[in-house]
Amino acid sequence: MDQVQPTSSHPTRLAVDIDSASKIYTDGTQALLPVDLQIKKGEFVSLLGPAGCGKSTLLKMIAGLTKPSSGNIRIEQRDSEKSEKLHVNSGVSSSTLPRLSFVFQSPTLMPWANVRANVRLPLDLAGIPKGVSNARVNDILAKVGLSDFADSLPRKLSGGMQMRVSIARGLITQPDILLMDEPFGALDEITRHKLDADLLALWKKENLTVIFVTHSIHEAVFLSSRVIMMASRPGRITNEFMIEAGYPRSQDFMLTSQFMEYARQLQESLQNASHTNL
Amino acid sequence: MNDRSVSKEIVEKLLIPILLGLAIVASWQGIVYYLDIAPYLLPSPTLIGFTLIKDWSLLGSALWVTTQITVLSFLLAVTLGVLISFVFIQSPILERALFPYAVLLQVTPIVAVAPLIIIWVKDTNLSLILCASLAALFPIISNTTTGLKSVDPDLMSFFKLQKATRLQVLIRLRIPSALPYFFGGLRISSGLALIGAVVAEFVAGTGGSGSGLAYQILQAGFQLNIPRMFAALFLISLTGIFLFMFMTWLTRIALGEWHSSELNLDT
Repeated sequence: MDQVQPTSSHPTRLAVDIDSASKIYTDGTQALLPVDLQIKKGEFVSLLGPAGCGKSTLLKMIAGLTKPSSGNIRIEQRDSEKSEKLHVNSGVSSSTLPRLSFVFQSPTLMPWANVRANVRLPLDLAGIPKGVSNARVNDILAKVGLSDFADSLPRKLSGGMQMRVSIARGLITQPDILLMDEPFGALDEITRHKLDADLLALWKKENLTVIFVTHSIHEAVFLSSRVIMMASRPGRITNEFMIEAGYPRSQDFMLTSQFMEYARQLQESLQNASHTNL
Repeated sequence: MNDRSVSKEIVEKLLIPILLGLAIVASWQGIVYYLDIAPYLLPSPTLIGFTLIKDWSLLGSALWVTTQITVLSFLLAVTLGVLISFVFIQSPILERALFPYAVLLQVTPIVAVAPLIIIWVKDTNLSLILCASLAALFPIISNTTTGLKSVDPDLMSFFKLQKATRLQVLIRLRIPSALPYFFGGLRISSGLALIGAVVAEFVAGTGGSGSGLAYQILQAGFQLNIPRMFAALFLISLTGIFLFMFMTWLTRIALGEWHSSELNLDT
């Protein structure tokens, strides 16, 4: 892949720079062939592919949860403007807060703690005083529409609401990059569409770079500015698509012929990739 | 939950076992009366009750002694067991080295170890407490260690991503995750502490110190005072049931809100 072209008047910076990173498991399985991928600040990138294509592995390598077997992954430094804001708010150096946030496939909340304590966890771990962090929590809960449930335990909430809590917990550190590993996969279609739309709004409002793992073509097209197609055995990137439709996107976007056309192209690419394996 | 389901629950949980108990006691009384069984073979429930009241000064103080030993040894076992679990969780090498010996402790019958401890430890009460603690220790170690390890791996990853320290992981993640296992261990261990206390009293009994319930059973046996033997046995069982109920109540207070083992799925 070439040098990234600036899209606006000032040069666009990279958020994530993946330089021929590969993953071989200890048992010798090639989970991922060397991958080159540059993700620009503010992009919404989906990693789309069948099970076993290494999309979750790639995401975990970006997060630093697994080390690449070879190659390099560079994460851009924290956005200075955001750091400043947090610094003033909390009186605690934001350098202690990670600039990446990870949202897992399941909500992974602490079942013994209420919504407020779950969302506040990253700030508690960073030693930020409760007086400061509780204000942040209220703020973020309002953004994900859960203000009325701050004192509820997770099991009292529906699956969709639990996922919102998980997202709120991911956003509380004001990250630059949000990594999401099939976060809505277990939800029903209607709830998923609602959360997809809300996620797009948050992405814009919070100036996030989102890397989103999914196996749903429709979800990938609806959300992404760019879709990375992956194939399995061995896991690799096969193709990529820019989704040129403008934002904000409403659910009506899914009814347009433009949307259908992207979905068709992605479906075709997915089928071609899997045919080569048979 | 509405009133009707509450009353239904009370009926099912309390009334049915109580009715069964009454039926058994009544037929016991009937059989002893009609077959004219001698009290030194099988005393009737009313005679046992009467003996309980008549010998209360003796049995009551014996109950107090046994309860004290049970509670103290249980507390000692919990403290030791939890500390050992923390060591295990912080150092896998120590765990690998020590766990087989913890198992050895569990499989060696306390009756076999008790005489040694009673010889070694001068103070009789202390030796009784040590015996009972040994009997109660293993479930705490094993359950708490398992619990401290039973952490949602994704939640663990999340803590790692937030650069949580080992201490933060222990306090905020491992300990809360371990609580359901820990309380399960408490329930088993409290019963074992009572058994350990009674066994140790039996072994120490002829040594002449004890006025615990086991000692009363021994003495009553020598004197063929079978009604008093039954009365003491009844008090031991009652203590065990009370301990179990107390632990169940404690578990509900601590976990009732969130853990699935305490959820009432019918409602």
